[in-house]
Amino acid sequence: MELKTIQTPRVPVRYYEGGKGKPLVYLHGAGGILPADPFLAKLAQKFHVYAPLLPGYGDSQECGAMRDMLDFTLHTLDVVEALGLKDPILTGHSMGGMIAAEMAAIAHNDFAKLVLVCPAGLWLEKHPIPDLFAMLPYEMPPYLFHDVEMGTKLMTAGVALNDPEWLKGFLVMNARQMGMAGKILFPIPERGLSERLYRIKAKTHIVWGASDKLIPPVYGEAFRQAIKGAQLTIIPKAGHMVTLEQPDELVTALGYLG
Amino acid sequence: MKFTWFNLMPWPHLPDDFREKHRSVWVDIDSRLFDAEKSHEVYNTYMDLLEYAGTLGFDGIGVNEHHQNGYGIMPSPNIIAAGLARRTKDVGLVVLGNSIALYNPPVRVAEEFAMLDCISGGRLVAGFPVGTSMDTNYCYGQIPALTREKYLEAHDLIMQAWHNPDPFAFNGRYNKLRHVNIWPRPIQKPNPPIHIPGGGSVETYDFCIDNTYSYSYLSFSGYIRGKALMQGYWDRVAQRNAPDTSPYRAGFAQTICVADTDEEAERLYSEHVLYFYNRCLHVYAGFADAPGYRTIKTIQTGALSQYAPPIDGYAHLTWKDLIDGGHVIAGSPETVRQRMEELIKGLRVGNIFCLMHVGNMPKEKAMYSTQLFAEKVMPKLRHLYPEFADDGRFWCKPMQAQVKPGSLPRADDAARLARA
Repeated sequence: MELKTIQTPRVPVRYYEGGKGKPLVYLHGAGGILPADPFLAKLAQKFHVYAPLLPGYGDSQECGAMRDMLDFTLHTLDVVEALGLKDPILTGHSMGGMIAAEMAAIAHNDFAKLVLVCPAGLWLEKHPIPDLFAMLPYEMPPYLFHDVEMGTKLMTAGVALNDPEWLKGFLVMNARQMGMAGKILFPIPERGLSERLYRIKAKTHIVWGASDKLIPPVYGEAFRQAIKGAQLTIIPKAGHMVTLEQPDELVTALGYLG
Repeated sequence: MKFTWFNLMPWPHLPDDFREKHRSVWVDIDSRLFDAEKSHEVYNTYMDLLEYAGTLGFDGIGVNEHHQNGYGIMPSPNIIAAGLARRTKDVGLVVLGNSIALYNPPVRVAEEFAMLDCISGGRLVAGFPVGTSMDTNYCYGQIPALTREKYLEAHDLIMQAWHNPDPFAFNGRYNKLRHVNIWPRPIQKPNPPIHIPGGGSVETYDFCIDNTYSYSYLSFSGYIRGKALMQGYWDRVAQRNAPDTSPYRAGFAQTICVADTDEEAERLYSEHVLYFYNRCLHVYAGFADAPGYRTIKTIQTGALSQYAPPIDGYAHLTWKDLIDGGHVIAGSPETVRQRMEELIKGLRVGNIFCLMHVGNMPKEKAMYSTQLFAEKVMPKLRHLYPEFADDGRFWCKPMQAQVKPGSLPRADDAARLARA
């Protein structure tokens, strides 16, 4: 995958591009994209992947003018347009799924295929989503991973809390990324999407990790019911980070749309 | 020097095993620990103590705003201040303050502060905190990365509401008001003096300097740890070419306990001080700073780790640690005087917020300590910074002739006078 920059009306955007096949836009979750992300690498074996970073993620420029859900949605539509893509497969994970669903609802003639991987964006009173913003990093793995031990290793690799420089770097990254994510996820990751899902015309595939404890699979059913003709696939032995835990299963599920 | 007797209003009945059984004193504190009937006495005692301090020569009595908080049962400081306004005279009412990003619309603050200024005869000192992340983001749901923008807009709106004599339209991003025209208006013109509590954000330094507001650092870490932060502020004052370096541009909160001797101070107060540091400051770390609440600029100064509480918290600190570390200034009047002078000179602060009721301290001890401070310490510190003695920019200017509350005529006289 190659990291590139493209100009959009609001801000220059960094994006990963790689692979051959049908064009596929992948919108990342609140955690961003890992360096040498193994899931993107797998995706690129089947698709021509475009994975834009939300402003503030990675080394990309922040965008103070993006404040609310409409800003995020229009910005990402701008990115797709700037990339010159016509009707790519639109996919998104978690927060990225929320943005992808909004895009497909607002620009409903522009997307024929939509894949939502445990998307945020709904709120069920009986199944409140845990507050990610009030969790310490070491508390997160049980919510994010089926294999908590593996997840913990992944999340604590390179962590050096006693090193002030490392800590400063971490806090800056966290403020840039989660500060941005908070604009649509804090304090409750819901911005009215349920009232717009009826507009989606795309053939929609919803994919969920069976062990997701951040946004439990019951939300998958809620999305399936709200989007006309949508299909729901539950992937076993995967949590919210199904992208890292079962990437092969996920790529296969994406292939279902052709 | 200006001394304000400040009460955080801690809940004094947290159980001994609070730390072990509960994860936080703030945000998700167990509501079953609150006893409404007991609070009747707690509130009234705390207000009595503030009023008492108002009779001893303190320049101000101070209150502040916290939400869902076991060490500050004052979600609305304006309610307390209104009560105090009626039963005190001359003393400044320091409301430090209203978290203006939380009021919808913020003209509510312009109105209520104007009411307080009018009822008290121009005794209001107004505070405009951004608010802690716990209060603002976790309790009141403000989006962290937008909090400052909303705060600045609220400030702009309040100032216009106080200064503009005519109705005006305010087309803000967060507030759209077609007819702003508050009644009443404050006595103090163009507005009451303004203090901004901060915690090391560079933006807040600049905001104070540019608007001639007093920057106050309200920490519980004491003057030794506070020095780096205040130095950061004074460096900034110099960098931005402020016209002067008046110490009244700055304030500092300090826990203070005075007794006859150093030994007596430990014997009388250590239990209550430890209650505060061990139980009241037991805040779950996940609520400390919502990502986006601090700006990148502030994080990059490295200030936060420098000023932060000890990594392992306050719980292990003993009385001796708290005294040696300057978290608490306690002892005989002479000991306290010496250390207060170190604080005042070392930090260059003209406004001292004296935290003298600490934790679960009973009223008698709070009164004893307060009286000793007022009589034997405060007079010896007043003369510091004589060259700025006339700097009135950061303090209230009460009316000369104030009415006496409760001065209606007797009912039979009223009937006679009404008919005359």
